[in-house]
Amino acid sequence: MKKVIMGNHALSYGAMMARAQVIPAYPITPQTEVVGLLSELCADGLLDAKFIKVESEHSAMAAAIGASAVGARAFTATSAQGLALMHEMLHWAVGARLPVVLGNINRAMGPPWTIWTDQNDSLSQRDTGLIQFYCESNQEVLDTVIQAFKISENEKVLLPSMIVLDAFVLSHTSEVVDMPDQKLVDEYLPSYKARYRVHPSDPHSFGALTTPDAYYELRYKIERSMMEAKELIKKAGEEFGEVFGRKYGLIETYQTEDADFIIVASATVAGTARTVIDELRAQGQKVGLVRVRVFRPFPFQEIRQALKGAGKVVVIDRNISFGHSGIFFQEVKAGMYDQPDRPPIFGYIAGLGGRDVTPDTIKEIVADAKGKQKSEENIIWIGLKP
Amino acid sequence: MSEKIEIRGERDMPVNAMSLGLMTWNKTGSWRNLRPVIDYERCTGCMICWKFCPDACINIENERPVIDLDYCKGCGICVEECPKVAISVVKEE
Amino acid sequence: MKLTIPEQELMCSGHLACQGCGATLAMRYALKALGKNTVLSIPACCWSVVDGPFPYTSLDVPIFHTAFETAASAASGMKAGLEMLGDDDVQVVAWAGDGGTFDIGIQALSGAAERNDNFIYICYDNEAYMNTGIQRSSATPWRSWTTTTPEKHPKETPKKDMVGIMAAHRIPYVATCSIAYPEDMIRKIKKAKEIKGCKFIHVFAPCPTGWRTAPENCVKLARLAVQTRVFPLYEITNGVDYKINIKPAKPRPVIEYLKPQGRFRHLTEQDVAQIQHTVDWEWERLMKRAAE
Repeated sequence: MKKVIMGNHALSYGAMMARAQVIPAYPITPQTEVVGLLSELCADGLLDAKFIKVESEHSAMAAAIGASAVGARAFTATSAQGLALMHEMLHWAVGARLPVVLGNINRAMGPPWTIWTDQNDSLSQRDTGLIQFYCESNQEVLDTVIQAFKISENEKVLLPSMIVLDAFVLSHTSEVVDMPDQKLVDEYLPSYKARYRVHPSDPHSFGALTTPDAYYELRYKIERSMMEAKELIKKAGEEFGEVFGRKYGLIETYQTEDADFIIVASATVAGTARTVIDELRAQGQKVGLVRVRVFRPFPFQEIRQALKGAGKVVVIDRNISFGHSGIFFQEVKAGMYDQPDRPPIFGYIAGLGGRDVTPDTIKEIVADAKGKQKSEENIIWIGLKP
Repeated sequence: MSEKIEIRGERDMPVNAMSLGLMTWNKTGSWRNLRPVIDYERCTGCMICWKFCPDACINIENERPVIDLDYCKGCGICVEECPKVAISVVKEE
Repeated sequence: MKLTIPEQELMCSGHLACQGCGATLAMRYALKALGKNTVLSIPACCWSVVDGPFPYTSLDVPIFHTAFETAASAASGMKAGLEMLGDDDVQVVAWAGDGGTFDIGIQALSGAAERNDNFIYICYDNEAYMNTGIQRSSATPWRSWTTTTPEKHPKETPKKDMVGIMAAHRIPYVATCSIAYPEDMIRKIKKAKEIKGCKFIHVFAPCPTGWRTAPENCVKLARLAVQTRVFPLYEITNGVDYKINIKPAKPRPVIEYLKPQGRFRHLTEQDVAQIQHTVDWEWERLMKRAAE
């Protein structure tokens, strides 16, 4: 069944089809429609879940963690300041090894107050240990919620996931979405059987004070699970393709095989880049695209493979690590460092605080990079009004 | 009675720092400076000492309190609370 | 031999509490009332250390250790999760110190209380951040010494009326308890178990280490706090119906309670008189409410 829905509702329907059991949530623009619809679905009995109207995002994640700890499937969604407030509990979900799934609408951080998109909120959570998916379409948002539970709940992983979508550009844009058949979703994602439960039938303490004697090894286990997750994300994406006809991976490539110039982008900027590539190809320019779908675990191998042989690479970042550069740029560059014949890589910052990234913006980036031999700056600001 | 658990490496650890045994391996009796001694001539078995023991180390045996010196930290609450003044303290050597 | 509290022990020996720890007695009694079918949400507090390091525990009920300000919010999630899994009968308990309740955790607690989430919140109050080394909290009494309220600059504000705040949420049950009155405490927790909705239990649990007193004084001081009316024992139903459980016929002067504690040794006669005055005034207020 096809339905025209906004990106926020794709998150809600994803959580519904994944049969989330506990949904603690707190409102923040531009996430409100996600929890609005979920609360309606719960109240109407279309979703058998407990919707907890918590008093903050910090409590939203804490309650999701509590629910997950006793063995229930937990989902929540937030944005920007809300995600920042959750930060402590994101570390907690990771350390407690709880497969909570979180939707985050990418919104720029204040001050000054802003509600429009950029990625600094979610990328500031880089080192928490969350699996991070950056979505390009509403279809992908819905499909990824279902996959994320499957990946997170795998006993080899047991880490929370965050599904990220651009504020307004995706969250409030309606698109046609193929609604998966619930029966098939149930087969793809069976109900959650927690390996560890906080339960009186088998009493243990969880997360007690841990000395340097053991903490180090527990962090090693998180990293190992992240590596397992990398394989399981690919597997879950392929299996999803077999059942529902839409395949997903760690990255997505477009016209890269013969490309001498490759754009690396994420989220909706990648969608815009795709149309630019079609246009430039028509003019005879061999341009390709690598869309980074999964930011953590970072797909080093896949990116190296995709960028091999490219003459030039530009990374477009709708985010900035002040005093350094764009964050995807850093990651891609680090990944290419020990590669023989690595291409020059240019880092462009665009679209902070929701400034439009139009086809013209991307064409400007391509033209700028084509006119340069090598990248001399870590940051090239595009469209900056002097 | 739980023993001390040997954890050699990450393979022995549950991912989520879950407990694997009880603290009873930890013989807190070594913390003690003063040892409570019950005078069973005076003791009426009212079990008030048992009731107020923060270390849960006064056992009930044949309707009488018996202090488990493996765990008694020597706080002296039992001495203070005994209504029959049946518990006294001696210095640990 | 007749025991006045249940014999079952769900807290074992070997835990890491200081000598004469009131918080340990509070846990021991609470579990006697709660029984085995219980799960605990414990934020940062003495009990996150007392229970023992990984891979050990001192309790025969499960503990989910959670962040400082999340005792109540984690408990809300645990309750919702258990209900979704058909474990409606499992009693969820948030177990936090005064810092985690009066200060950093008050927002999450207020949220859970306003939603009337179905669990018991138990605050064991030792009147300062003891686990971090005796820093003042908003539960610290007026003029008390702590490492952040030194004798020259003692606390200038009274202890926060947490019970009043919780009652103002109109939750079905609020009660104060003392480790010196275990029978009363166990009765109240058992009562709380039978009530649906959010229940708040405030347990007075002296900390000899932080109060600068001998460990054997723990229970005695808790008893004196009740007998001097410094910490009255009462229950509030639906936020409005007050019932005082112990009315000392001949209340003892507050000096008897203050004197054995090093944290009050710098008090002047005037300070003591002021404390006595406040205690008497609060008691009258409480009596009026109970008479309504």
